[in-house]
Amino acid sequence: MSNAIVTPGRSAQSPLTPGGEERGGGRQRRPRKPINTQFRTAVSPHQLNTTHGRIIYWIVLVITVVSFTAAFVFPLYWMITGAMKSTEELNAIPPTFLPTHFSLDGYRQAWDLLELGRLLGNTALYAGGAWLLTLAFDVSAAYALSKLRPVLGKVVLALMLATLMIPPLVIMLPAYLTVKDVPFFHWDLLNTPWAIWLPAAANGFNVFLLKRFFDSIPRELLEAAEIDGASPGRILWSVVMPISRPILGVVSILTVVNVWRDFVWPLLVLPDSDKMSISIGIASLSSQMPQNVLVASLVIASIPTIVVFFIFQRHIMAGLTAGSLKG
Amino acid sequence: MTTASIPVTNRRRRQPTKLRRAVRRNLTAYGFLCGALICFAFFSWYPMVRQVILSFQKTNFVDAPEWVGLKNFRTVFSDPAFAPAWINTAMFTLLALLCGYVIPFITAIVLNELRHARAYLRFVVYLPVMLPPAVGVLLFQWFYNPDYGLFNQVLSFFHLPGLQWLNSSGTALISLVIVSTWMNMGSGTLIYLAALQTIPSELYEAAELDGAGLFKRIRHITIPQTKLILLVMLLLQIVATMQVFIEPYLLTGGGPENSTVTVVYLMYQYAFNFGSLNAGNALGLMLMLVLMVFSAIYLRISRDNTV
Repeated sequence: MSNAIVTPGRSAQSPLTPGGEERGGGRQRRPRKPINTQFRTAVSPHQLNTTHGRIIYWIVLVITVVSFTAAFVFPLYWMITGAMKSTEELNAIPPTFLPTHFSLDGYRQAWDLLELGRLLGNTALYAGGAWLLTLAFDVSAAYALSKLRPVLGKVVLALMLATLMIPPLVIMLPAYLTVKDVPFFHWDLLNTPWAIWLPAAANGFNVFLLKRFFDSIPRELLEAAEIDGASPGRILWSVVMPISRPILGVVSILTVVNVWRDFVWPLLVLPDSDKMSISIGIASLSSQMPQNVLVASLVIASIPTIVVFFIFQRHIMAGLTAGSLKG
Repeated sequence: MTTASIPVTNRRRRQPTKLRRAVRRNLTAYGFLCGALICFAFFSWYPMVRQVILSFQKTNFVDAPEWVGLKNFRTVFSDPAFAPAWINTAMFTLLALLCGYVIPFITAIVLNELRHARAYLRFVVYLPVMLPPAVGVLLFQWFYNPDYGLFNQVLSFFHLPGLQWLNSSGTALISLVIVSTWMNMGSGTLIYLAALQTIPSELYEAAELDGAGLFKRIRHITIPQTKLILLVMLLLQIVATMQVFIEPYLLTGGGPENSTVTVVYLMYQYAFNFGSLNAGNALGLMLMLVLMVFSAIYLRISRDNTV
């Protein structure tokens, strides 16, 4: 905010564009609108608003937008339209930019041949259960560590955070053996949703995020509830959880998206083709499918995560920076 | 005397209730903790310990496990794919850092300067990150197809000769790096962008008054100010890319001629295709130790710098 007052660009610029907003009302030809310099960055706002600076700015902007679109949107466009083309059309050289016939047959075939409905249902079941279990276990654990402070609480927290040092992929073989034959209980969890749900709840990062947030809740608030006779469970449910909605949102999205996108773990623990998650199902059948059907199934598989991204963009990006900036 | 004795009796009378309250508080706390504790114990802590144990054992899950010393490690060492796996993993990590570390940072610097289309660019760069990795990888498998893939079509459009991409041992690894960078650069870009936005503008103004040009400002202000996050991301990315598995698994199967076999892929092969789980464990233990070094540095840095 102080930039707006002291930025050299502003003061240098002001005689040239004297208050465009104030008398802008009935004017026919406005002078060029200055590029917004509210946030001072490496490029000086003064240079940015010279003729030379503007030309370079617009060139860079156009190049960036075009190259980003080419690199990140065009592949998706190619995927969506590719699924509408016939096999012959896909093999044609030069390729067609638009499908010659608009048909959703590729999608229909993919849905039927790969049984995508069942695969999507499985994945939703895994993601939903992992979400519930993670919230139940990690929230109550973080609450206990943050507010109830039991004996050895620090040790437990340290052990949970230590798991962040060892990536889950590295211990995938012993973890797989554990799921195959759970010690003491001798349950075989392979091909059951528990094989996804229980390990998903053992997430040190979630505990870390939640505990850090709970630590910031003032003690007085909980003590007031305690004096009113609320039990710890009641305090967690009625006081802590409502305040913590932002962090619960971040943890929820992280959990659901991670389970949805995961590949290696479901590959190991859900070998049965009836139980596969969407990624594994498509990958396992990819070599037997005609190209357009495969591509159609890729489109369908990416719709849920993209929709989630559309809706929760803010939360997802907040979670991304919250986690990494503080480690 | 009397004044001193009163608190003593008081304390004595209060002690049992205090103790009971502490016990009850601890019981409640561990009640809340037990779900997470069980999950961590079974699916995180125990597998870590078991990774070490299994590396020195021979187990077939019928007979009692037998201690075999370093035999598993010797098996792995003598595998002709062992050296390529580590070299490829290191090469992949190096190339992925060259692309996936430098490009996002430069992109973030450019994005930070732009005043238009910011939301669009941020959204678009993060799109591939949201795709399930299997989708991204299979999509590129199609693009890489030497006959009708998008990349060779684009090359032929510019009258350039097509490449064999995944089918040639010369280009296979770099092809994997391209997929991986495309899928993952969004998160790096957005994290750097967030870090760039925290740089106080006074610093740039001061540098400008001192006569520093744009590149000098980037070198002496932008980079030092984001040094911590750059370092943290470097370590995180090393740890993440060294575990590369899904790209070779889906695209190349380690071929051609072991040119894309990686450590995690080899580990998977030992366990599920070569029927030698313990050798896979030995390999996993080696990778675990290597990655723990990087993780330890990372934890050290982030603890020293965030109070």
